[in-house]
Amino acid sequence: MADASWLTKFPQLDRLDLLAIRKTLDGAYKAFSREYGDVIEGFFHPVLSFLVWFEKLLITTPWPIIILVIGAIVFYASRSWKLLVGVVISLLLVGYFGMWEDTMSTLSMITVCTLISILLGIPVGIGMARSDRFQKIMTPILDVMQTMPAFVYLIPVVMLLGIGKIPGLISVVIYAIPPVIRLTNLGIRLVDKEVLEAATAFGANGWQRLFNVQIPLAMPNIMAGINQTIMMALAMVVVASMIGVKGLGQPVLKSIQNQYFTLGLFNGLAIVALAIIFDRVSQAYAKRSQKHMKGAH
Amino acid sequence: MSDTLIEVKGLYKLFGPEPKVHMPLVHEGLSKDEILARTGHTLGLKDINLTIKEGDISVIMGLSGSGKSTLIRHFNRLIEPTEGQILVGGIDVMTLSAKELEEFRRHRMSMVFQRFGLLPHRTVLDNVTFGLTIQGVRKKEANDRAVEWLETVGLAGYENQYPAQLSGGQQQRVGLARALATNADILLMDEAFSALDPLIRSEMQDQLIELQDKLQKTIIFITHDLDEALRLGNNIAILKDGELVQDDKPEEILLNPATDYVEAFVRDVNRARALTVETVMQPQGFRITATTIEGALKQMRAHKDDYAFHVTEDGYQGMLSQESLEEYYQEDKTAALSEVHYEDLEPIAPDAALEAVLPETLASDYPVPVVNEEGDFMGSLSRDALAEILSPDSSSSEGGNDGAKPEEADEENKASTTRHS
Ligand SMILES: Nc1ncnc2c1ncn2[C@@H]1O[C@H](COP(=O)(O)OP(=O)(O)OP(=O)(O)O)[C@@H](O)[C@H]1O
Ligand SMILES: [Mg+2]
Repeated sequence: MADASWLTKFPQLDRLDLLAIRKTLDGAYKAFSREYGDVIEGFFHPVLSFLVWFEKLLITTPWPIIILVIGAIVFYASRSWKLLVGVVISLLLVGYFGMWEDTMSTLSMITVCTLISILLGIPVGIGMARSDRFQKIMTPILDVMQTMPAFVYLIPVVMLLGIGKIPGLISVVIYAIPPVIRLTNLGIRLVDKEVLEAATAFGANGWQRLFNVQIPLAMPNIMAGINQTIMMALAMVVVASMIGVKGLGQPVLKSIQNQYFTLGLFNGLAIVALAIIFDRVSQAYAKRSQKHMKGAH
Repeated sequence: MSDTLIEVKGLYKLFGPEPKVHMPLVHEGLSKDEILARTGHTLGLKDINLTIKEGDISVIMGLSGSGKSTLIRHFNRLIEPTEGQILVGGIDVMTLSAKELEEFRRHRMSMVFQRFGLLPHRTVLDNVTFGLTIQGVRKKEANDRAVEWLETVGLAGYENQYPAQLSGGQQQRVGLARALATNADILLMDEAFSALDPLIRSEMQDQLIELQDKLQKTIIFITHDLDEALRLGNNIAILKDGELVQDDKPEEILLNPATDYVEAFVRDVNRARALTVETVMQPQGFRITATTIEGALKQMRAHKDDYAFHVTEDGYQGMLSQESLEEYYQEDKTAALSEVHYEDLEPIAPDAALEAVLPETLASDYPVPVVNEEGDFMGSLSRDALAEILSPDSSSSEGGNDGAKPEEADEENKASTTRHS
C-alpha cells in the first residue's frame, strides 16, 4: 500500500469485512423474522380479512350494482353530471375489454391502502404540526420513504411476511403515506393565527381548537394530500403485483416479461382511468365542501 | 366613576428565547433598540402600571409596534408576562391553572379582533354560538341567544351566510356579536375597527357607544387613531416603545400632553370636534343672587366685570349687563328681576362639542353661559378661551384653561373692554 493507487482506486472496505457485515445483518434480520414473523402476521390479520372480504364483495356483486354505487358516490361527491357520465363510460369500457375483475381487485386494494394512509397519516401530521421536535425527526424519515426505491423495502417486508396482500399493502402504504402526512402538517401550521387565537381567547382547550379550527381550516391542504396519496398508491400497483398483489398490475407485469404490448396498454389505460376517477372525484368533493372558505380572511 | 376592575402592576414582556436571563439589562434601563442589538430579544412592554375602571371604555393607543396588542393579550393571558402582575377583580391571572384559565376566558373576558378571526367554514350563526358552545351551552339555547345578538348588531337574516359572503363591516359585527354573546363582563377589542372604511367605522363606533350605554361592560379598546380614542374613551393610555407615557382623561391628553410624543399625536386632532364645552368653560364664582334691580346693580358694581349671570335657587335665570341695569335702575329700581331684563343670550349645554357652539360663541359679545339639563349654572365659555383652545399651538402653552379667564383677560384683550362702546 505504499504506492499511490489509493488515489485512483477508492480505498474499499475489505471484501471479507463487507461479507461479514452483510451476514450478520441478514442473519439478525432472518432470526428476527423467524421469531416475530407470526406475531406480526397475526397483528395484520384483521386488515387482511377486511381486505379479502372487501375484494370479494366488489368482485361477486353484480357489475350493474357496482356501477350504480360508484356512480352514486361520484355524483354525491361532485354534483357533476359530466363527471358521472365519464366515469360510467370508462367503467363500462374496462368491463367490456375483460378487465373488470382485475379492476375490482385494484380498486379494493387502493381503497383500503388510502383509508389506512389517512388513518395513520393525519394523526402523524397533527403530531408534527404540534411539536417542532417531532417534525424534525419525521421529515428525514418521510424523505427516505419517498425516495428509497420501492423494491428495496419490498425485500425486508417479503422476508418478514412472505408474498401476498399484506406485504403489498405495507409497501403501498409506506410509499403513499408521506403526502398526507406532510400536507396535514403544513395545513395545520398554515392555519390563520388570528382565528386560532380567537378560539383560545374564547376558552377553547387543545382538542376543541384541533377539531373546531385547525382540522377544518387545514382541510384544503389535507384533501390535497389525500389526493396525492391516492395517486401514489395507484402508481405502486404494478410494483406491488411483483409480490403477489392481484389486480391490474399483474397483467402489466406479464406483458413486460412476454412483450405483450396491447395487453400492457389496456391494463395501463385501466389504471389511468381509475386514477382519473379518484382524482376528479376527490378534487370535486374538496372544492365543493370548501367553497365557503374562499376569501374569508 | 366606579371601582377598579383590572390592575396591571409592574408588567414587563421581553420576547425571545431566554427572556429571564436578559431581564437585568431591562432593569438597568437600556433602551429597546440597545436590548435588541445586544441580546436579540425584543422589549415588548416595560414597567406598565395601569388600572382599568369598571364600566369604562379604556382606550390604549400608540403607534405601530408600540406594544398595544402585546398589552391587551396579557389581560386574558394569550401572552405570558416576563414579570409583573395582572389582577382582574382582585384575582391574579398568573396564578390560574390551565383549567381555571379556560373558565376565566369563557366567562369573564371576550375579544374582538382586528382581522375578525371568524371561522370561515362556519355560518354566521355558528360563529356567534362559538363561545357559547365552548361554554357548554346547549345548541338550541345557544342558537336562540345568537339570533338575538345578531339582531342587536343589525345582522338579522344573515344567520346562514358564511363570513366570506359578508362585507368587512358586517364581518366585524359578527365578531362583536360573538364576543357579546358569551355575556362576559370585560370586552377586549384589538383595533377592532381599524380594518373598516371611515363611514362604516364611525357607524360601528356609534353602535358601540349605544351598546355600552345599555350593557355597561368594561371595554378595553385599542386603536392607533386619536379621533377614535377621543370619541370612545373615558380614559386613554398612550404607549411608546412598550412604555406607558401618559394615562389620563381624553381632555387632559389633548390639553396637557405629557411628552413630545403625545403632543405629536394630538397635534392634528380636530379639537373643535373632540372637546366638549365642559372641558374648556370657566367656572364662574361670581353670580348675581339678588331679586331686584337695585340689589343686582349693587352686586354688579362691587364686581369688576360689567356683566354677570343671574342664578337663584331655581337655577340659572339669565344674563345681566351693567349698562342695561343702570338704565333699568333709572326707570324703576325696585322692580323684580325678570325675563325682560335679561340679555338675549341662549345658554349652551356642557356636553356639547365645541364645534356645535362655535358660531354662537364667537358671535357673542359676552361669555356664553353653560347650563346643564337640570337648569344648573355650570360656568361660561368666552370666545377668547375658545379661540385660545382652537389655535394650533395652544397645547404647548401651559394648557389653555388658565390664560383665558375673563377676569384676567379684560385688560389685555381689546375685544372685551371695547365691546359696548
Ligand atoms: N411573538 C413575538 N415575538 C417577538 N417579538 C414580538 C412578538 N410579538 C410582538 N413582538 C414585538 O413587540 C413589539 C410590540 O408589538 P405589538 O404587536 O404589541 O405592537 P402593536 O402596538 O400592536 O402594533 P400594531 O399597531 O402594528 O398592531 C414589536 O416590536 C414587535 O416586534
Ligand atoms: Mg397590534
